[in-house]
Amino acid sequence: MFSFDLLANAVVAGILLGGFYAAVSLGISVTFGLLDVANIAHPVFIIAGAYAVYAVHTAFALDPILAGLLFTPLFYGLGVVIYRIYYVSFERAGEQSLRGLVFFFGLLFIAEVSLILAYGVDYRMIEAPYIGRSVSIGPIGISLRLGVPCVVGLLLTLALHLFLAKTFYGKAIMAVSQDSLALRLMGANPIQIKTIAFGLGMATASLAGALLIVIVPIEPSMGREYIGRVFAITVLGGMGSIGGTLAAALILGVAESLTSTFSGPSWALAVSFGILLLALAVRPSGLFGR
Amino acid sequence: MVRKGTGGMHVWALVGALLGALMLAIALAPVSQAASPLRIGFGMALTGGLAANGKAALLAMEIWRDEVNKNGGLLGRPVEFVYYDDQTKPASVPGIYTKLLDIDKVDFVVSGYGTNLIAPVMPIVIERNLVLMGLFGLANNEKFNYPYYFQIGPNGPEPAKEFSKAFFELAAAQNPKLRTVALTGADAEFPHSALTGARENLKQAGLEVVYDRTYPPTTTDFTPIVRAIKATNPDVVFVASYPPDSVGMVLAAHEVGLQPKLFGGGMVGLQFATFQTKLGPKLNGLVNYDFWVPEPTLNFPGINEFLKKYQAQAEKQGVDPLGHYLPPWAYAMMQVLGQAIEGAKSADQKAVGEYLRAQAFDTIVGKVKFGSNGEWDKPRVLLVQYQNIQGTDLGQFAGPGKRVVLLPAVWKSGSLIYPYAEALK
Amino acid sequence: MKRIWPVLAALSILGVGLLLTGVMENRYVYFAAYVILQYIVLATAWNILGGYTGYVNFGTPAFFALGAYTATFLMLACKAPFPVLLLAGGLSSGLLGLGLGYLTLRLKGVFFSIATLALTVVLQTLIINWEFVGGAKGISIIRPATILFFSSYSKFLFMVMLCLAIGAVAAARWVEHSWIGKGLTAIRDNEEAAECMGVPTLKLKILATTLSGCLMGLAGVPFPWHVTLIEPGSAFNLDYAVNSLAMPMIGGTTTWLGPLVGAVLLGAAQQVATVTISSELNLLIVGGVLVAFVILAPEGLVGLVRRLVKREHA
Repeated sequence: MFSFDLLANAVVAGILLGGFYAAVSLGISVTFGLLDVANIAHPVFIIAGAYAVYAVHTAFALDPILAGLLFTPLFYGLGVVIYRIYYVSFERAGEQSLRGLVFFFGLLFIAEVSLILAYGVDYRMIEAPYIGRSVSIGPIGISLRLGVPCVVGLLLTLALHLFLAKTFYGKAIMAVSQDSLALRLMGANPIQIKTIAFGLGMATASLAGALLIVIVPIEPSMGREYIGRVFAITVLGGMGSIGGTLAAALILGVAESLTSTFSGPSWALAVSFGILLLALAVRPSGLFGR
Repeated sequence: MVRKGTGGMHVWALVGALLGALMLAIALAPVSQAASPLRIGFGMALTGGLAANGKAALLAMEIWRDEVNKNGGLLGRPVEFVYYDDQTKPASVPGIYTKLLDIDKVDFVVSGYGTNLIAPVMPIVIERNLVLMGLFGLANNEKFNYPYYFQIGPNGPEPAKEFSKAFFELAAAQNPKLRTVALTGADAEFPHSALTGARENLKQAGLEVVYDRTYPPTTTDFTPIVRAIKATNPDVVFVASYPPDSVGMVLAAHEVGLQPKLFGGGMVGLQFATFQTKLGPKLNGLVNYDFWVPEPTLNFPGINEFLKKYQAQAEKQGVDPLGHYLPPWAYAMMQVLGQAIEGAKSADQKAVGEYLRAQAFDTIVGKVKFGSNGEWDKPRVLLVQYQNIQGTDLGQFAGPGKRVVLLPAVWKSGSLIYPYAEALK
Repeated sequence: MKRIWPVLAALSILGVGLLLTGVMENRYVYFAAYVILQYIVLATAWNILGGYTGYVNFGTPAFFALGAYTATFLMLACKAPFPVLLLAGGLSSGLLGLGLGYLTLRLKGVFFSIATLALTVVLQTLIINWEFVGGAKGISIIRPATILFFSSYSKFLFMVMLCLAIGAVAAARWVEHSWIGKGLTAIRDNEEAAECMGVPTLKLKILATTLSGCLMGLAGVPFPWHVTLIEPGSAFNLDYAVNSLAMPMIGGTTTWLGPLVGAVLLGAAQQVATVTISSELNLLIVGGVLVAFVILAPEGLVGLVRRLVKREHA
C-alpha cells in the first residue's frame, strides 16, 4: 500500500498538524520552558479561548482567527492576574513547584466546570470559508482547514521568537529565565518581567483556541487530551527554546501522521510519546535545550 | 518526641472519630419515608462524555413523568424520580444504585445511558431479582441471560451484527457487483462492537477487506486516515465512529475527495442537530444507521406531540434542539415500564417482569416486544440515506425528505441514490 | 508500649471491619467505604514518592490500571485465585515503577513527571489494542455471589481493601521512620547536598518509585470486581491522578497521616456529593478545595493541627 504520493501527503499533513501543535504548545514553552511554572491548566484556557471565539462567531459572524486575535489582550490580563496569585502564594515563600502544580490542577477543574456550566457538554463547531476546501500542489493535497491554522501557528511562533530575541522585554524574559539575580542587579524587576512572560504565554491561548475550533468540534473536557502533548513537545524541544518547541511539534505531527497512514492510527499517540520517552532517556535537555 | 506522639494521637483519634461518624451518618441518613409516591431511581450521565445524550434523555423521562402524574400517576400513586449523575464513569455506578436501593429505597430502577454504564448495574439487580430497563446498551445481558432485563433500543437479539446488517445487504444488492471494502472506526466501545459485527456481515456480501484499522478517539486530524483509505480504492467504506470523529471523517473525506460507491456505516453523531446543521450538504449521500427519523412511514401515535413538548424545553436545557435520536427512546422506555406496572396491577418486581416478558407495548416509537434475552424480538435498526440537504438551516431536518429510510423494506420511505457521488451533485 | 500500639490499632480496625460485615446489610456503605479505602491506598502510595521525596507522579492511572489489567488477564487466562492476583498486580506495577525510575530518575524531577504522563498514554494505547482483555470495548466481569464466609461479594472486596489500606499506611509509616525515610527527606530538601553527604539518592528514589507503584497496582487489583466491568476509559481515569495528588496535599505530605486524613475527607466529600448535589459542582468542589488548601494551608491539615497542638502545649 506504500506509494510516494501517500508518503508525501502524510508528511505534509504531519507538518500542517505540527504547526497547529506548535501554536498550542507555545504558551507552555514560555511559562514552563522559560519560567519553570508548570501551568497544567493551559490547555483548558485554550478551550476557553475556543469557546470565546465560538461565542463571538455565533453572535457577529466574525472570522475565528480574527476573533482569536481580538481576545488576546483579555487573556494576557488573565495571565497577569493568575501569575500574581501564584507568585504571592507560592514563589515568594520559596515553596517547591509541587504546590504550584496542585494550584494549577485546581484551576484546571474550576475552569473546566465553568465552561460546562456556561455551555453545556454538547460539541460546538463553527463554519468558515476555508473549512472543507483544499488546494492541490501536484499530487499533494492541502486541506485549508489545517493549512490556515498551520500558517497562523508558524506566524505566531515567529512573532514570539522575534519578540524574545529582539525587544527589550523579550530579552529581559530570556535573562530572567537564566539568572534572575543578575537581572535584578541590572536594575530590572524580575517579578514584573515574569508577570509579563506569563501573561504572554496565556495570551497565546486565545489564538490557539481559535485554531482548535477551526480544526475540530470542541467540548469542555477536551483540554485533558492535550496536557500530555504540550508538555511533551516543550520538553522534547528543549526548555526555553521557542525554535525547539516548533521543531518538536513538527516532529510529533509528522510521526503521528506517518503512523496513522502506514501502521494504523491506534498507535499514533503512543508513537509520539514513545519518541518523548526515548528522547528523555537519550538526550534529556531536549533538541535545543539550554 | 513525646509531644509529637501526643499530637499524632490527637489527630489519630480525630480521624477515627470522623471516619466512624461519617459511616454512621451515611448508614442512618434519614430518608423521606413517603409511602405514597412510586419512586423510580437511576443514574444518568449528566456530565462527562455521554452527557449530551444523557441530559436529553433525562428531559424526555421527565416529560413522561409529568404527563403520567397529570393523569393520576401509576396505580394511583404519583411518580417520583430519584437520580444521580454517574458522570459517565462506570466506577460510580455501583455506589449510586446501592444507595438508591438500600437508602433511598426506590420502588424501581432503570439504567443510565450507554453499555458501559449499564454493565455495573446488572449484578446488583440480578442479586436482588429486580426488573431493569436498559437504555441503549449493547449486549449487556449476553453473559448473564437474566430474565428481567429489557433493553429499549431496537437492536434485536444480535446487536453487534444488526448495526451493519442492512448496510451490507444494500451493498450486496448492487449491480455491478461491489468487490472491496474499507473498515475503520474509533478505539471505543460501540465502534469496536459495530466493526466486529461488520466483519461478519461483509462476508455474506462477498466483499474483500482492503483496509481495516482503528484510530484513537482523540485523533485531531483524519486526513492521513482518509488518504490511506483512498489509496486502497475501495468500493465500500464503512465507518463506526462517535460524534467528534464522525464529523472529522466527513470533513476529511470531502477535503481529500474520497468517493466510494457506498459510504457510511455506524456513525454516531450525524443524528445530532448540532452536526447536521454544521455539516449540512456534506452529509448528502451518506448511508448511516438511525433509530427514528421524521419520515411518513414512521409516524407513530404520540411521537409528534412528544417532540413538540421536548423541543419547547430543549434550548433552555442546552440539549439537542430536535431530539430525534435518544429522547423518544428514553420516553418510550418509561412508557413501557409504566404500562407494565399498570398492566400487572402491581409494583411487585416479578409480576412486572413477567408482564414485560409476555406482552407487546404501544409506544411513540412503535410497537415494542421483547425477546428472550431482553432485546427486541424483531430488530428495527434503520438504514437511512441523507439526501437533498441544502444549506445549513435546522428546519429542513425537522420534517421528512432529508433522511430517507432505505431498509428494512417495511419502513422504506425513499430510494437509494447510487453511487455516493451522485448524491453530492 | 510504643511499638505495640500501632499493631493493636491495626488489629482493632480489622476487627471492627469484620464485625461490620457481619452486622451491616446496607450494601451502599460497603461500596462507599471501598472507594474511600482505595483512595487511602492510592494517596499513601503517591505520597511515598511525592511527599517524602518531592517527585510528582502524574501517572497514578498507569500503575492502578496495570494492577487491574494484570488481575484481569490472570483471571481470564487461568482463573487464578485472589491472593495470586494481588501478588501479580503488585509485582507488575512495582516492576513498572522500577523501570520508570531507572529510566528517568537520573534527571530533574520535572522530566520524571512528564514521563509519567507519557507512560499513561503509552500504556493505555497498549491496553486498547489488546483484545484478550477486552481492548477498547472492555470486558464484563461476573462476581461470585458469595465468597468465603461473607454473605455478599461487596463485603469481601471491602475487607480486601481494608487490609490493603492498613498495609499501605503501615508501609508508609515504616518507610518514614526508617533510614529510608530520612534519606528521602534529605533528597526532598536538597538533592545535591544529600548526594554530597553520601546519601545513595538514586537507589532511594528508585526504591520509593517501586514501592509506590506496587501499592498503586495493589489498589487496582480488586477494581474490575468492584465495577464488574473493566475498560480502559474507567481504569485510566484522570480522577485517580488528580485525587491521589490532591488528597496528600490536603492532608499533609510530610507524614503517613496526611494522605490518610486527606483521603478520608476528600473521598467522603466526593462520595456524599455524588449522591446529593449536581455533579458539575462535584468537580468544582475538588478544584476549589484544592486551590484553597494549597494557598492557605500548604502543610495540609496535619500541619495545621500540629501547629495548633504545639501552641496548646507551649
